[in-house]
Amino acid sequence: MLVAAAWLLPALAVVSLFVGVADVRPVDLLRLDPDAWGLVAVSRGPRTAALLLAGASTAVVGTIMQMLARNRFAEPSTTGTVEFALLGLLVVTIAAPALPVAAKIVAATAFALAGTALFLAVLRRVPLRSPLVVPLVGIVLGGVVSAVATFIAYRTDLLQALGAWSTGDFSGVLAGRYETLWVAGALAVVAYVAADRFTVAGLGEAFTTNLGLDHRRTMVLGLVLVSVVSAVVVVTVGVVPFLGLVVPNVVSLLRGDDVRRTLPWVATLGAALVLACDLLGRLVRYPYEVPVGVVVGVVGSVLFLWLLLRRDTGAGRVG
Amino acid sequence: MSADLAARAGTALPAADRRRARPGLALTVLAALVVVAAAAFLTVGATGSWSFVLPFRATKLAGLAVVGTAVAVATVLFQTVTANRILTPSLLGMDAMFTLVQTVLVFVLGGAALAALPATGMFLGQVVVMVGCAVVLFGWLFGGQRRSLHLLLLVGVVLGTLLRSASGMLQRIMDPNEFAVLTNRLFASFNAIDDTLLGITAALVAAGCAFAWHRRHVLDVLALGRECATGLGVPYRRAVLEVLVVVAVLVSASTALVGPVTFLGLLVANVAYVVLGTHQHRWVLPGAALVSTLFLVAGQVVLEHALGFDTSLGVVIELVGGVLFLVLLVRGAAR
Amino acid sequence: MIEVRGVTKRYGATTVVDDVSLDVPDGGLVALIGPNGAGKSTLLSIMSRLLPADAGTVLVDGMDVTTTRSDVLARRLAILRQDAHVGSRLTVRDLVTFGRYPHSKGRYTVEDRAHVERALDFLDLQPFADRFLDELSGGQRQRAFVAMVLCQDTDHVLLDEPLNNLDLRHAVGMMRLLRRATDELGKTVVVVLHDINVASCWSDRIVAMKDGRVAHDGPPAEVVRPEVLSDVYDLDVAVHELDGQLIGTYYR
Repeated sequence: MLVAAAWLLPALAVVSLFVGVADVRPVDLLRLDPDAWGLVAVSRGPRTAALLLAGASTAVVGTIMQMLARNRFAEPSTTGTVEFALLGLLVVTIAAPALPVAAKIVAATAFALAGTALFLAVLRRVPLRSPLVVPLVGIVLGGVVSAVATFIAYRTDLLQALGAWSTGDFSGVLAGRYETLWVAGALAVVAYVAADRFTVAGLGEAFTTNLGLDHRRTMVLGLVLVSVVSAVVVVTVGVVPFLGLVVPNVVSLLRGDDVRRTLPWVATLGAALVLACDLLGRLVRYPYEVPVGVVVGVVGSVLFLWLLLRRDTGAGRVG
Repeated sequence: MSADLAARAGTALPAADRRRARPGLALTVLAALVVVAAAAFLTVGATGSWSFVLPFRATKLAGLAVVGTAVAVATVLFQTVTANRILTPSLLGMDAMFTLVQTVLVFVLGGAALAALPATGMFLGQVVVMVGCAVVLFGWLFGGQRRSLHLLLLVGVVLGTLLRSASGMLQRIMDPNEFAVLTNRLFASFNAIDDTLLGITAALVAAGCAFAWHRRHVLDVLALGRECATGLGVPYRRAVLEVLVVVAVLVSASTALVGPVTFLGLLVANVAYVVLGTHQHRWVLPGAALVSTLFLVAGQVVLEHALGFDTSLGVVIELVGGVLFLVLLVRGAAR
Repeated sequence: MIEVRGVTKRYGATTVVDDVSLDVPDGGLVALIGPNGAGKSTLLSIMSRLLPADAGTVLVDGMDVTTTRSDVLARRLAILRQDAHVGSRLTVRDLVTFGRYPHSKGRYTVEDRAHVERALDFLDLQPFADRFLDELSGGQRQRAFVAMVLCQDTDHVLLDEPLNNLDLRHAVGMMRLLRRATDELGKTVVVVLHDINVASCWSDRIVAMKDGRVAHDGPPAEVVRPEVLSDVYDLDVAVHELDGQLIGTYYR
C-alpha cells in the first residue's frame, strides 16, 4: 500500500499541473507554448511544490511530536501548537501590519514554541490514566486559545482574516508567495538527519540518558522543529488539520516505529494525501475550489476515527 | 484496623456537618438572582420609548432562558445516562450534527424549496432527522460494550471536527444563492435570536423538561450505571434511548436559536452540582436550568450594557468553559 | 427457585459459559468457585439478566429473566457485581436508599427509611452513613453496596466476589451476615468466592466451575476433597480437617 502511494505521488504531481480553471494540456507544454509554460511556472508549478512541501513537512513534524509527547495521538493540531501560531500571527498582524512575511513567521514561531511548551507543562500535571488524555488536553487548550484569538479578532475586525488562516488553502499560491515553505522542507530533512535521536527520545528520558544522549537537548531541538514548521505552514497556506496525526499512524501500523526507516514513507504519504485532497477540492465543484483544509478536515477526521475505533476499545483499554 | 480509624474519623465529623448542603435554599437564592438579572437585563441602559424597549428585550430574555434551560437540562440528562461529569452533548459533536443536518437539508432540497416551507415545519423536520441520527450514533457509542471515557471524548471531539468540516465542504460545494439561504439560518447567535422559532423551541424545551421532571426518580437510578440500574429493575436500554431522544430535541432547539455553544453545558452542570450539593435530579434539573439562565442573562447584561462588548458572550463562555474542562481533567474528575 | 437451562455464552471464538444447567432451590447459601476465566461471573450476570445468553434460559420463580419486566425481577432478585462503581457523588445513605427503588419507585415511605436504617446497622455503616462514597476505603464502599443489595429485600441475592477489598475481620463479618440472611430471613444467596476455605466453612452447597462448565456440585463435604479441588484448579490441594472444618492447603 505504501509502495503504491509512493508510485502515485509523481502521477498526482503531474496531474496537479494540469488541473485548474485555466486550461493547460500536456500537448501545450510539449509544443513549448509560452502561455502554458508561463502558467505552470507562475501558478501550477508553485502550487504543486507548495502542496508537496507542506504535506511532507507537516506529516514529518507530526511524527516528531508523537515521539516528544510519547503519545500516538499528538500532532501540532492536537497539542495547541497550531492555535498558538495563529494567535501569534494575529497579534503581529495587529501590532505591526507592515512587517514582511519572514517577521510574521518568527512571531508565529515564538507563540507556537511557547504554546507547545505550555502544553507539555500542563501534560505533566495531568494524571495520565489514559494516553487519550494527551490529545484531549491539547485540543481543548487549542480551543481556549482559539476563543482568545476569536475575541481579539472580533474586536479588531479581523475575523475574516482569522477564518482564512484557519483553513488551509492553496488556491492563492503563486511564484513569489510560497517560497518560505522550502524552509519547512529543509527542516523536514534536518528531522530526518536527527531521526535516531527522536526514536530514542520516544523511549523515555531514562532510556535516552542511559544511552548517553542529552534528553533535554533532543526535546528542545524537536520542539523548535515542530514549532517552526507549524508556523511556516500556517502563515503561508493555513491550517491542515490531523495530517500529522493520521499519516504517521498509518505508516507506523504498516512499517513500525523506527523513525529513520519510516520518515521517508511518512513524508511521501503526507505529500500524496495533501495533493490528492487538493485535487479533490479543485474538481468537486469545478470551476470553484473547495479549500484543502476543509477536505483534509473531512478525510483526516474519518481516518482519525478509524484509528481510534479500529480495534474497538483497543486504544481506550490502555487507560 | 483501617475501618476503626475511619470510624473514628467518621464520628469526629458529625453527620450534620456533611449534610449542611441545603438544596432548597440554594434553589431559592438562584431563582432570586435570576429575577434580579432579568430585571437588570430589561432596564439597564435603556434609552427611548419603554413600549419599544421592553417587548424587544423581553423577547430576547425569553430566548436566553429557553437556550439556557435547554442546554442545562440536556447536559445533566446526558451526564446522567453516561454516568460521568465531563461528557456533554456538545463535546460529543451533537450541535455540530444539527448544523450538518441543516446544511444537508438545504443541499438536498434546495434553497427555493426551503424558502417556500414555513420555518416551523422546516425546523420540526430537522429535529426529526437529528433525533434519528443522534439515536443511531450515540446508541451505538454507548450501547454494546463499555468504552473508556477518554476514548468517547476524543471520538466526540474528532466527530465534531468531521461534522463541521463536512458542513463546511457542503457549503462550499452548494450554489451560492442557496448558501445565502443557509447563512441566514446558520448565523444565529446570542444577539440575533430567531424570533420565528422562539415559540416552537420554547414548546419543545418545555416538553423535554416536563419529561425529565416526570422521570426524575428513574434518572437518579440511571446515574448509578448500567448494571446497578438493571439490578434495581430499570429497563436500561429503553430508558437511555428515551433520554437520548430528549437530549437530541433539546440540543436541536438551542442550536437552532443561537448556534453551537461547546462549553456552556459543562460549565453550568458542574456549577449546579457544586452549588446544590446533591445528585438528586429533583434539585439538579431546576438548579442547572437556573444557573444556566443566570449565567447567560447576567453575562449579557455585564458584557453588553456595562462593558459595551456586543456578541462576545459566546466567546467568553468558550474561554471559561474550556479552562474549567482542563481543570477537571487535571484534577482527575474524568474517571 | 432459580433454574438455569442449557445456558451458553460466547465471545467470538471462545465459549465462556458452555451449556450450563443448574437448579438453585429456595433457601441456602450456594458458593460458586473455580479458577479465573471459568465463567463464574458471566454465569452470575446471565442469571441476573445483566448479560444476554447466546443460548438457554434462566427462570426465576418460573419467570424467564429475558422476557419478564425488569422491575418485577428487581423485587425478586438482587445482584451485586464485583466492579460496582458509581460516577455521581453519593452518600452511603443515598446509595443504600436506592435499594428501595424497586418497591417505591423513588417516592420513599417511612417503611423504606426503616429498611435503610436496618441495612446500615446490619453492615456497621452508621458511622459513615452521611459520607460520600469516594471518601471511603475500598472495604467500606464494598459494604455500602452490599447494604444496598440487602435493602432491596429480595428472596434471591446474587453477589460476585463480595469479599474483594475486605480485610479478614470484615470478610468473616460479611459471611456471617450472609449466613444470617439465609438462616433467619430465609433468603437464597448465590455468591462467587475465590477462597475455597471460605466456601467450605460457610456454604451449604458448592458449585465448582471449570472451562465454562459445572465440574462438580454438592455439599462442602463432597466438593472439598483433594481429588476434586486438584482437578478444578489444576493444582495439588491437600484437605485437612481442622476444628471440624474442611480446610484445603495449597500454599507450597
